[in-house]
Amino acid sequence: MTGAADIAVRVENLAKLYRIGARLDNRTFRETITDTLTLRRRRNDAERDLWALRDVSFEVKRGEAVGIIGQNGAGKSTLLKILSRITEPTRGRVEVRGRVSSLLEVGTGFHPELTGRENIALNGAILGMTRAEIRHRFDDIVAFAEVERFIDTPVKYYSSGMYMRLAFAVAAHLEPEILVVDEVLAVGDAAFQSKCLRKMNDVASHGRTVLFVSHNMPAVKSLCQTAVWLRNGEVVDRGPSDAIVTRYLQHSSSRAGREGAAALIASLPPDPQFRLDAIRLMQRGDEITNALNGEPLEIEIEFEVFTTTLGLHVYFQLLDLEETVIFESIHNGSRDEAPRVEAGRWLARATIPADFLAARPYQLLVFAGVADVRALLPEPIRLTFDVQQSGIVNRAFPGYQTPGKIAPLLQWDVTRRER
Amino acid sequence: MTQSPDSVLVIEPSPAWRPVDLGEVWRYRELLFFFVWRDVKVRYKQTVLGVAWAVIQPLFAMLIFAFFFGRIARLPSDGMPYPLFTYAGLLPWTFFANAVNAGSQSLIGSAHLVSKVYFPRILVPIAAVSTGLVDFFFALIMLVPLLVWQDVTPFPRALIGIPVAIAVTYILGFGISCWLSALVVRFRDLRHVIPFVVQIWMFATPIVYPLSLVPEKWRAAVGLNPMVSVVEAFRGSIFGRPLPWSGLLYALIVGVVLIVTGSIYFRRLERSFADVM
Repeated sequence: MTGAADIAVRVENLAKLYRIGARLDNRTFRETITDTLTLRRRRNDAERDLWALRDVSFEVKRGEAVGIIGQNGAGKSTLLKILSRITEPTRGRVEVRGRVSSLLEVGTGFHPELTGRENIALNGAILGMTRAEIRHRFDDIVAFAEVERFIDTPVKYYSSGMYMRLAFAVAAHLEPEILVVDEVLAVGDAAFQSKCLRKMNDVASHGRTVLFVSHNMPAVKSLCQTAVWLRNGEVVDRGPSDAIVTRYLQHSSSRAGREGAAALIASLPPDPQFRLDAIRLMQRGDEITNALNGEPLEIEIEFEVFTTTLGLHVYFQLLDLEETVIFESIHNGSRDEAPRVEAGRWLARATIPADFLAARPYQLLVFAGVADVRALLPEPIRLTFDVQQSGIVNRAFPGYQTPGKIAPLLQWDVTRRER
Repeated sequence: MTQSPDSVLVIEPSPAWRPVDLGEVWRYRELLFFFVWRDVKVRYKQTVLGVAWAVIQPLFAMLIFAFFFGRIARLPSDGMPYPLFTYAGLLPWTFFANAVNAGSQSLIGSAHLVSKVYFPRILVPIAAVSTGLVDFFFALIMLVPLLVWQDVTPFPRALIGIPVAIAVTYILGFGISCWLSALVVRFRDLRHVIPFVVQIWMFATPIVYPLSLVPEKWRAAVGLNPMVSVVEAFRGSIFGRPLPWSGLLYALIVGVVLIVTGSIYFRRLERSFADVM
């Protein structure tokens, strides 16, 4: 048994309700006045309740680093927002013992017109540092960000790399007892990401309590001792991060197969504008469950559009099992102006060429949306499939396991040069 | 953030109606300072004219009004030089108008912060209104050469009149901003209406004309506008007129009522700001 004092964060029966489609700003002042006068109660057709969190309870011990994992829409971000006090729970409570800092993005409140020096002060204050603390750590922050020469230049003249380094440097020099972090590591180049991960590792290994929400499973395994797995707003499981991550990956690949995706499509709530009918993986004219990489792979998406819509698009992302996006492709993305999609039934087919995918499992995430307006699916449809080797193998020796997320067969021109 | 290491922070659904936690606002005073500092800095950096901008706004309004209303329409000015008469009226008014306009848009303008980090949300309209105070001081300094130019020696009464009038303006501006900043989040179409209403409000306030121009029977109705006494007090004190204490007291009461009710309304909507922004 652990005493109450050893618990840094206690989450009890936490629940959060969102009213989808009833966003308050959908009602104008004029409508409210007229509705009140005519005693009318307006209810949006698309309005429905969504429990982002249902009944979440867990405890985090002092000094423990916990990864929070789950698919998009599982409630991870909502949990983080409640822990950061950005939004309130609908029910339940959280007890937090110790100084908390939450980092939902780096560079919150950075102003492009202000200099690096001024932004450090401002961002530090926004993240909860006192002026004395900012003064005290100023030199360390500048050194970590490697921006000494530009410290009195407005950050609008910074390269994106410098900007990110400075933003992360301020966040990295917070010294909270409890750190709540979102996937801020998903930005920047690989070198920057690994720098961030190292810093996170420092934080976690210095006895600080860390709650880390991520899709990056290797990072969760290496940073966190334990993990909490959320699905549909509920805790599925919690325990040592290795075991939980493995179970999570197994589960998400088995459930999101062909039948799983079809069931999900069938259960989509009706939308006045759009209906997704089917997603199929096709090879040689047949629908398949697992693909061969020696053949072109066709991704077919069938949908119906009820009203002609400007900027409607259907797209997919190809991911590996660790949720790394390998690429994204949009059904009408290769144009300059926003495309107009006429009402009617449509079949969109994308072809991934032969000798392109590696022999490994992949996930296909299908999305639909109206650009800058809204998503047309409550969550992306996930389809997991395996790819087997069938084409030409580019290998060093028989039995060699090719590394990499994809294995495109490239044209090699090899010519002997005369000496 | 703010709690001491051993204290326990409890996060749970809050009651719908609750007052502003003044202690918390006080603990976050440094952040408030930074918000004002940022806005002032950015404002004066972004414009070529810098600080002059704060002066140009009322100064140009004065020139235009002096020409059209003073010269052409020949509006009376209670025996004061017309340009000075308008400028002295425009000073508290510009502060008030900027406070209402900036304050009402402030929360929407801070959506990126509100959805990413916690702090008492009421700091946002406080900062917006306070930033206008800085502009006001620059514009006030400009009053000095104008007084010299028009050969007017302000009465010592102005030393009381100006601070009192500005304090009341601040309270009114903040009270209105509490209401409007929250209402604008909820009803987005309001933001387009506010500058227009403020513009009309200016002409309902004796700035380009003296209160004495208003017929006696309408005086009481016009006096319902709390800015009337504020402008009269500010301007009158410079020219040695007695301060309209009862009118100021009325404006103060209106302001305090707006702050109390507005901040409670603000707190009620505050719980959902992050969800609807």
